[in-house]
Amino acid sequence: MDAAVAEPVLEARGLIKRFGGLTATDDVTLDVRAGELHALIGPNGAGKTTLIGQLTGELRPDAGQVIFRGEDITRLSTAARVKRGLVRSFQIVQLLDDDSALANVALAVQARLGHSFRFFRRASTDDALTGPARRILAEVGFDAARVELRTGDLSHGERKVLELAVALAAEPQLLLLDEPMAGLGPSESLRMTETLRALKGRIPILLIEHDMDAVFALADRISVLVYGRVIASGEPAAIRADPAVQEAYLAEEAG
Amino acid sequence: MADTSLPEAMADAARTRGWRDRAILLVMFAAAAALPLIADAAGFPATTGIATQIACLAIAAASLNLILGHGGMVSFGHAAYFGLGGYAVGILWEHFRLGEPIFGLIPGSNQLLVTLPAAMLVAGLAALVIGALSLRTSGISFIMITLAFAQMVFFLFVGLKQYGGDDGLVVRRRNLVPGLDLREPAQMYWLCLGLLALWLWVLHRIVRSRFGRVLEGIRQSERRMAAIGIATYRYKLVAFVISGVGCGLAGALMVNYLRFASPEMMSWQRSGELMLMVILGGLGTTLGPVLGAGALVGLEYTLGGITEHWQFILGPILVLIVLFARGGLMSLLGYGRGRG
Repeated sequence: MDAAVAEPVLEARGLIKRFGGLTATDDVTLDVRAGELHALIGPNGAGKTTLIGQLTGELRPDAGQVIFRGEDITRLSTAARVKRGLVRSFQIVQLLDDDSALANVALAVQARLGHSFRFFRRASTDDALTGPARRILAEVGFDAARVELRTGDLSHGERKVLELAVALAAEPQLLLLDEPMAGLGPSESLRMTETLRALKGRIPILLIEHDMDAVFALADRISVLVYGRVIASGEPAAIRADPAVQEAYLAEEAG
Repeated sequence: MADTSLPEAMADAARTRGWRDRAILLVMFAAAAALPLIADAAGFPATTGIATQIACLAIAAASLNLILGHGGMVSFGHAAYFGLGGYAVGILWEHFRLGEPIFGLIPGSNQLLVTLPAAMLVAGLAALVIGALSLRTSGISFIMITLAFAQMVFFLFVGLKQYGGDDGLVVRRRNLVPGLDLREPAQMYWLCLGLLALWLWVLHRIVRSRFGRVLEGIRQSERRMAAIGIATYRYKLVAFVISGVGCGLAGALMVNYLRFASPEMMSWQRSGELMLMVILGGLGTTLGPVLGAGALVGLEYTLGGITEHWQFILGPILVLIVLFARGGLMSLLGYGRGRG
């Protein structure tokens, strides 16, 4: 695939976000193109979380724009962005712990199907909701025998998979994955990598991740964020060889 | 999916449980309906009156439970809607008695089929306005702002000398309704019991509907709701209004029973009692608020018969229940959130 000529789906243009004297996002320009998996890496404290907040609408940038599929969405709410197809997953899973895995995904399906001002028909036995939900859970490899279990009782690995399933149920035009591998064991990490590989190409993905094996296995392009600035952006081989990147990571490992 | 045995077994168990629960429910309802006859036969006719009050308060508590137990919105001002519903009945009676329309426009009425919908409408409109403003906040601010609005309504009625001020407003005769004579204690009770059953059924349907799912989601993680594209404010507001309407209905019935409306109905203590009933009975359960209302009113009457300082005894009992039965009385009976 020729990523250089593909249309950008998501663009951050000159984003700046300050907290008091700290510039957490310092003139970040970045794009994700159709069909691409773009990974964003950076040491702790680089400003990844702040940047995601501005892309998803939980934070307002002090300057700059967020463009999604040609539309300026800088001032839109989170929910409005999701409706347009900009969907995220959370590093620390945000799930409805009292409900089953199936109910979690079914609710996301329901949200996509339009308004929920429907007061009388029972939702948990509505095939229009549970049908697609079961399909998505199967697609991400969630154990079909465990979909009725209470989400709070699931393992961490299952919850990370479920988090991804909920995001997929929103029918993303672009997926913003915030550390999907965080806290996973080696075999779970590998399985998640394979799941993401299957999604890649179908849905453009911006992947924020610390697991370098996964990043270099999956990414078409990598951008490196250090102290709120993008210090390098390019193909994996170029990033691996970049002296500035090596320095940033070596500095972190030394400190 | 080759292996569906586990979900099927679980579904079977749920169905068995469902039939057992339905049978229990039917027996309970029959017992509740027979209560006036039993009370008269046993020589405790006053019991019917107490049960009527419990039914009214249960309607209010169940309404509060919709937003508190299911939506996670801690409103500390729901007595306001209870009182407004009650005053709707009282004020309509007063103008009916005097024969002069309200503001020269709306004629008074002593017809239950007019006063009940009017009470629900008034309470619903108040909940719409107060909810629209309060729901812009959350957490402690939300608790405080709902309390503040309820206090405003309270003092408004204390100041309304035309309708009795803090002395309250006497409704000399209960409303008329075709086919029933509400002067008969048993018939007044059956009306309240019937409307309680109907309202619980409506709330039960709402809780399990798509709307109810969104409400549950808001309680558990509002951030998640936004992340699947749901703008939560409108859903919270609609739930808030439904809950206000239910409290208005409850207040209208209560004023019919007591034949008296007073600002005390909307005091912050009353708001606290409604919250207590929901928590005591079991947050997020259908029958919990009914048990909570029954337990609280029952304890007040029995302890009140023993000593005038009954609140000294009631307090520790409530603390013990909240400490040792998280999930309230419903959890003691083996029904958790979302079951029963």
